[in-house]
Amino acid sequence: MIEPTLACIALLLGLTCAAALVAQSQLGRSIVYGGSLVAASASLLIALFSLAAAPSTVTLPIGLPWTGAHFRLDPLSAFFLVVVGLGSIGASLYALGYGRHEQDPQRVLPFYPAFLAGLNLVVIADDAFSFLFAWELMSLASWALVMSHHREPGNAHAGCVYIIMASFSGLALLLCFGLLAGSTGSYAFTAMRAVHPSPGIATLALVLALIGAGSKAGVVPLHAWLPLAHPAAPSHVSALMSGVMTKVAVYGFVRIAFDLLGAPAWWWGTLVLAVGGITAVLGVLYALMEHDLKRLLAYHTVENIGIIFIGLGLALAFGANQLPAAAALGLTAALFHVLNHAVFKSLLFFGTGAVLVATGERDMDRLGGLIHRMPKTAFAFLVGCVAISALPPLNGFVSEWLTFQAILLHPDLPQWGLKIAIPADGALLALSAALAAACFVKAFGITFLGRPRTRVAADAREVDRFSLAAMFGFAALCLFAGIFPGVVIDLLAPVTQALTGTHIPTQLGVEWLSIVPIESARSSYNGLLIFLFITVSASLTVLAIHRFASRALRRAPAWDCGFPDPRPDTQYTGASFAQPIRRVYGAVVFRTRETVTMPPPGDTGPARIEKHITDPVWDVFYQPVASAVSHLSLVLNVMQFLTIRRYLGFVFATLVILLLALALWQ
Amino acid sequence: MAVIQGLLVQGVQMALVLMLAPLLTGLVRKVKARLQRRQGPSVLQPFRDLKRLLGKEVVLAENASWLFRAAPYVIFAVTWVAAALVPTFATGLLFSWSGDLIAITALLGSARFAQALAAMDIGTSFGGIGASREVMIASLAEPAMLMIVLSVALIAGSTQLSTIAEYMAFSAVGLRVSLALGLVAFIVVALAENARIPVDNPATHLELTMVHEAMVLEYSSRHLAMIELAASLKLLLYVSVIACIFFPFGFAGGYAVALAAYLFKLGVAAVLLGVFEVSIAKMRVFRVPNFLGAALMLSLLGVLLLFVSGGM
Repeated sequence: MIEPTLACIALLLGLTCAAALVAQSQLGRSIVYGGSLVAASASLLIALFSLAAAPSTVTLPIGLPWTGAHFRLDPLSAFFLVVVGLGSIGASLYALGYGRHEQDPQRVLPFYPAFLAGLNLVVIADDAFSFLFAWELMSLASWALVMSHHREPGNAHAGCVYIIMASFSGLALLLCFGLLAGSTGSYAFTAMRAVHPSPGIATLALVLALIGAGSKAGVVPLHAWLPLAHPAAPSHVSALMSGVMTKVAVYGFVRIAFDLLGAPAWWWGTLVLAVGGITAVLGVLYALMEHDLKRLLAYHTVENIGIIFIGLGLALAFGANQLPAAAALGLTAALFHVLNHAVFKSLLFFGTGAVLVATGERDMDRLGGLIHRMPKTAFAFLVGCVAISALPPLNGFVSEWLTFQAILLHPDLPQWGLKIAIPADGALLALSAALAAACFVKAFGITFLGRPRTRVAADAREVDRFSLAAMFGFAALCLFAGIFPGVVIDLLAPVTQALTGTHIPTQLGVEWLSIVPIESARSSYNGLLIFLFITVSASLTVLAIHRFASRALRRAPAWDCGFPDPRPDTQYTGASFAQPIRRVYGAVVFRTRETVTMPPPGDTGPARIEKHITDPVWDVFYQPVASAVSHLSLVLNVMQFLTIRRYLGFVFATLVILLLALALWQ
Repeated sequence: MAVIQGLLVQGVQMALVLMLAPLLTGLVRKVKARLQRRQGPSVLQPFRDLKRLLGKEVVLAENASWLFRAAPYVIFAVTWVAAALVPTFATGLLFSWSGDLIAITALLGSARFAQALAAMDIGTSFGGIGASREVMIASLAEPAMLMIVLSVALIAGSTQLSTIAEYMAFSAVGLRVSLALGLVAFIVVALAENARIPVDNPATHLELTMVHEAMVLEYSSRHLAMIELAASLKLLLYVSVIACIFFPFGFAGGYAVALAAYLFKLGVAAVLLGVFEVSIAKMRVFRVPNFLGAALMLSLLGVLLLFVSGGM
């Protein structure tokens, strides 16, 4: 079944070439996004049908000489193709409407199908060369899209940081595959699977994979580029970068850690759990400090990546202890969250894009009251907010619930590292879930509720039908995966079967469509019944009260304790909403300081409050590295202007040193 | 036959929590009044308040959206569903498997989410202050609650509240350090989540100290009635969860005995809460994180102990 997938990718690459010709015309947008929509839908259908099918492979005579390009469609690839397909369908549909407002379509249209092609190619690549080629295609195409509005302040910087981090991630993965292939091995994944590297090499490869795939996915401290690059791109591309590209990075990690590396060591689990827990909490704290909607969402992606890595870490830890059923549960939770996050993060970025189209603003402190002007967008965005805050009955809750079930499963693991790391991650997960709810009360409350803070917010208009269709489609998916989680879990069964050797019990046979991940005496959850109970009891209450009590209603000015102030500036802003949380957590994490300057009596000057937030990651990691690099390049600058004789001398010396090293090694 | 009986018990449970919730609130108020040497209103006063509010006309702020009008019903329905899943006088309720203790915690989170959004809908600064403080308190209370759930689930080997209650009631659990830590943390969380002294004051209308009351400031009549009823239900829910996990006696002897035991437990809880509230002062809002942080740490310690040794 892999040939049709490759045909879809070829269609996307063809669209790239076509787009370069028609980008300027009116028709270009419809051709590119419509064509992408068709290709993505076809790819999604194929992927859905090949989830449970046997792996199929194909070798194309392109790429490295004597090697060829290997492609393989197995359950893991198929699942991630589903994620990529869903995200691409949504983004293409959305862009049919949203793209109308694009200033420079020729900067966006050619790169968009290329980006989609890259995303698809990564997950079906079956040798290191094709994988890295596709990975770089994905990075470069998305970089071009980030730079499409390069004249806007900050975007050039974002592009610069992004390209550096993308190269870094590619480098780490290159080294990782080099280690896996060994000195004699082949770059095909089949060969890597057959060779079992020594524990030291395997560990080094795992760390490199965590760095390489993790920096693309956005694990702390390698997340710094996400909040810069994701917002800079057009909104449908932001949705793809945040919702889908980070998942493709997760795919890279899963492929290496669960498939290519062989049996895990227990402390890999500890490492991934530690990274995941810290990423989850720091990500959401960063998000809470933001008042730019797109940056908030990008930071929040970091949190969700943390949750996914917690699930993966649990799977590695259980796998190392020969507990395949528990490992399957951890992996199921992580992959379920991959799907969930792709859906609701895309939805939220679409909503932000709609707000951007309607008002030209991304800063929530200049918005407000949009629920009156854009009721449909507001409703879809609200569904996304509830889903991402892990609240029942929507889908975000199910994957976090499964993660908690995995955490509770085996308190009796023998290793002390895991005995500490697993409950600590439970606490971090709980903390991040609660903070996520706070974050999205803020995001929705400041942007859509209250009174409009500016003229543009007061004059906003509802967006076009394509954008609304994409948002409502994804909102429906959030509800569907929340009330029928068994369907998704059963779709994941072949994937966990392939990677851990087993899968959690089939859910669709369980009565009342409950989900029972282990056994019914231990835990069960029924999203459908909870949803029905809430809906029915709320509607019955409304009916009963309106029928038997009172239905009278009168509009009046707001009460506000008797002192209503008509100015919208008196409302809470994003910064003031986050202030209590900033005081509780920020002093430790961000070293926040607030200085209040009161004018002396008699002075008519305004009182000022200033807040200073320092990002520990920039200070501890990036600044030292950046200054070291710049220092080093200053020192090495003298080597730029040497004669050809000297350069040849360097080459010769290097050769001699390498040969000496090889001779000593043997 | 079993299904009909199950449905009946579930229905009785749903009606029972709805009837008992205002009564519990009234009882707490009565106890507090007597301790302050006041006569205090009758324990039935919350019912009268509800009746009065339900009959009145809603005065709605001019720029209120549909969310503001829908939120009270959502909050009430979600809390009611959560309360219906907690074993009060019977374990193994017909629908208790549709949501475990984690789901109940998360359902209360959904209610809070709706409440905080509704508070921000009118665009007054009181709404903002209430919502932002509420989410700050929740950001500590909810993880603490989940940690308590985890430690109880580790002991009972299940997150199902019915199974936990049966395990606690019918097997030799013994005295455990983790359960003691969990109980202390649970009480702190319950005080915070129900907006009781020392975290918040349900009787205050002094603007700068309120949290919960600031959020519902713009509500009137039937909307307010729904919110008040949901708040009472939430108090009842927390008391019931504490009762069925930490004091699980009475389930063995049939429904009548279990109901009597449950009513007895509610009465004791009301008296203890009343005594506690009159003997302590409200905290400044930025002292609350220390108070709740202690609960979070205690509950985390309980979970860690259980991971270290299953017998702790």
